[in-house]
Amino acid sequence: MDFEKSAFYFFSVILVVAALRVITARNPVHAALALVLAFFTAAALWLLLEAEFLAIALVLVYVGAVMVLFLFVVMMLDINLDRLREGYWDYLVPALIVAGVMVLEMGVILGGRYFNLTSMPKPAAADPGYSNTRTLGRLLYTEYVYAFEIAAVILLVAIVAAIALTLRKRKDNKYQIPSKQVSVRREDRVRLISMPSEKRDTGASS
Amino acid sequence: MIALSHYLILGAILFSISIVGIFLNRKNVIIVLMAIELMLLAVNLNFIAFSYFLQDTAGQVFVFFILTVAAAESAIGLAILVVLFRNIHSINVDDLDQLKG
Repeated sequence: MDFEKSAFYFFSVILVVAALRVITARNPVHAALALVLAFFTAAALWLLLEAEFLAIALVLVYVGAVMVLFLFVVMMLDINLDRLREGYWDYLVPALIVAGVMVLEMGVILGGRYFNLTSMPKPAAADPGYSNTRTLGRLLYTEYVYAFEIAAVILLVAIVAAIALTLRKRKDNKYQIPSKQVSVRREDRVRLISMPSEKRDTGASS
Repeated sequence: MIALSHYLILGAILFSISIVGIFLNRKNVIIVLMAIELMLLAVNLNFIAFSYFLQDTAGQVFVFFILTVAAAESAIGLAILVVLFRNIHSINVDDLDQLKG
């Protein structure tokens, strides 16, 4: 068995086990950590497929940002696990039937016998000077630049939406209302009153 | 030799596992969100496998955009989850019956 084959099976087994752990873990924190492992292993598989930039992006963006966000939320919420787990296995049989039939169908279609593998041979390895990042970047900034900008707008909308959803106004906080500050007049703030001046008390200030 | 169908079947297995996960964890919104992330991962694996075996970088560009949209989706989903927990103090799907549908 050559190195590529053994690496593929090694990573595949880890990926499947981690995925099973994600869906069966009792504690959501364990599920999130198993999902981190799954993403990391998938990144290794993507390296086998010579998609280096996306593999690193998966680790940085998913393991580094999204999963940390998941862990934040999981640890912030105080979840009653017993209520969430009741009737957990009720739908196991229909779920297994659906998933098993799906895997069977796709296995029959995608398996080597009918898939005509000879029409898609394994491509030759890229030459040493090849840069996946440069290729991807050149494509992104020329051919897909419109979609790229839309993706940026989607991220901006996501930022605004996430902050606007979770922003909470507390009642005991003191706020400044800029519109009222701007429209204030002198008469509202300062009141001039005329009163007689006091006489200096010479005896006490010695 | 590892052929294209190996990767595609691995993607199929991963996708089915996450479907089972959505069936089993139907009450726990967080795990359902994680299962959706797993599904997207399986789809991305297919895209990259095809991109490699067809020598077409467009598949990788597509994965790039899927990653972007998935990150936005999970950020907004978790924000909704936090607001939900703040309002009803539970993330159980059975408790989400305020609309009385």
